[in-house]
Amino acid sequence: MPQILVDQLHKTYRVAERAPGLGGALRGLLRRRHRTVQALAGVSFALERGELLGFIGPNGAGKSTTVKILAGILRPDVGRVEIDGRAPWDDRERHVQRIGVVFGQRTQLWWDLPVQEGFDLLRDIYRVDPARYRRTRDELVALLRLAHVLDQPVRQLSLGQRMRAEIAAALLHEPDILFLDEPTIGLDAPSKLAVRDFVRRANRERGTTVLLTTHDMHDIEALAERVIIIGHGRVLADGPTEALRAQVLAERRLVVDFAHEAPAHLALPGVTLRHREGQTLALDFDPALTSAPALIARIAAEHAVEDLRLEGLSIEEVISRFYALHGAADT
Amino acid sequence: MNWRERLRPYRAAFAARFLQMLQYRSAALAGFATQCWWGGIKVMVLAAFYAGAQASAPMPLHQAITYTWLAQGLLALLPWTADPEVAQAVRTGAVAYDRLRPVDAYALWYARTTGWIAARVLPRLALMALFAAVLLPLAGWTDWAWRASAGAAAGLFALLSMGLALLVSASMVMLLNIATAAALNERGINALAVPVVIVLSGNLLPLALLPDAWQTLLLLQPLAALVDIPMRLYFGQLAGGQAWRGLGLQCFWLALFVGAGHAALGRTMRRLEIQGG
Repeated sequence: MPQILVDQLHKTYRVAERAPGLGGALRGLLRRRHRTVQALAGVSFALERGELLGFIGPNGAGKSTTVKILAGILRPDVGRVEIDGRAPWDDRERHVQRIGVVFGQRTQLWWDLPVQEGFDLLRDIYRVDPARYRRTRDELVALLRLAHVLDQPVRQLSLGQRMRAEIAAALLHEPDILFLDEPTIGLDAPSKLAVRDFVRRANRERGTTVLLTTHDMHDIEALAERVIIIGHGRVLADGPTEALRAQVLAERRLVVDFAHEAPAHLALPGVTLRHREGQTLALDFDPALTSAPALIARIAAEHAVEDLRLEGLSIEEVISRFYALHGAADT
Repeated sequence: MNWRERLRPYRAAFAARFLQMLQYRSAALAGFATQCWWGGIKVMVLAAFYAGAQASAPMPLHQAITYTWLAQGLLALLPWTADPEVAQAVRTGAVAYDRLRPVDAYALWYARTTGWIAARVLPRLALMALFAAVLLPLAGWTDWAWRASAGAAAGLFALLSMGLALLVSASMVMLLNIATAAALNERGINALAVPVVIVLSGNLLPLALLPDAWQTLLLLQPLAALVDIPMRLYFGQLAGGQAWRGLGLQCFWLALFVGAGHAALGRTMRRLEIQGG
């Protein structure tokens, strides 16, 4: 039985809106207009214990809403969620004792308290046994390199330090499941690497189930073995990260540097000219139709070639193609 | 889970806020200086009134003076304003994130608010006691000093009652926090609250000095629970069965405001849970 079961979640928000300008404001006083926004339109998936799932999608796709529902902050309009056989809102206190949540956009530590005191407070809020707490805390402080900021108030931390502290804070009570909503947003490269490294270790070494939402495809590439693409409140794809790449992108790219001006077209089957600049030409081709050696041989036979590079597409391109395919980009 | 473990989060929230606020020493000193200054003026005005009064006053001058010093010392106990942090958390929907904690959100914020108030009251009250109850008599101004309670029992009742006053005040501040969040702006509510609080708590004048016809109502209104009831206990004006009734009245207000605040925050949380943070 999966640890997390999500079945046909629907969620709509009502947003107040008003026409611009004074006239709009006055009319808004008399009659409020509301618009319904469908955040989730039937999201379903299941997650086994110890899995690391990446959730990607454009802004407004429903990623955060899904995490909030799983965490028990929001209630869906329709649909079923079971985490270890229970709905998050049925037995809230027991549920939250077992999950850790980090929202990249929102701090959950008390702003004016030094990090150490914020941690101690969480120890008492989760009623963690003191000896156990000391062990977990020391481990987290070492892994997330927090020792030198423990005495500083949270408001004085850099974004990277704060995010590492938030992650430690979410794990002090040793939850089985970790929800990370855009944990790398706004972080610099070393902090991103530190966060990814830590999440991977938590998943592999402690067996923590991780659900992570992100815009950053590198997070997915570095971490997730399985990825769900979400758009317009629906699951567009769900599968191993590699399979997804293979499915959407059987295509490869060949970049050719010619000895002379690049030719304007190449009449080759199954080959699309993606980009042309000076002596360089980028070609996308389907290896099933034209094999790479055959393609290279034909080009080299007809033109003087200086250099050749064969590339796989980056996952960003995979995803944006995917959105284009489903018309799911933020509208 | 035993009750110690049950209460652990709230005790910790109280302590964290209390210790944090205790660090603002200059604010405490500045507050104390202002309170001494106004206390001095009030004492002189009272003395002038008493000197010129025809009828006999409901309380002797030395009690009115003691009342004034204590009321000044307890100034920070009054529910002046919403706790800015709590109000902001309610307003921005951050309270919804308290659903992530295995605790009751109202109780957690209530504990914090109590810590916030206690940390502002205690240092100022201690300084005021030092000034008005120790230094003034030492300087030979016994007539103007803060005098001892009417016996040990009265002192104990007053102390207990001040503790209850702190809890009542925190429950009122919680209501202000929630109301502030609903109104999206604290200024209106604060402007309304301040004059009412000053007069009805007894901070401006001992309530006993206000017209006789109002006395019953004045004593039964909730703000009396903050200053006036503890003071009446201190002077032994409420003694024996009446003393217990005074404490009972404080408990009644406490239960009422905690209940109302709990329900109001619960409604806010449910709305956030359904509508989104």
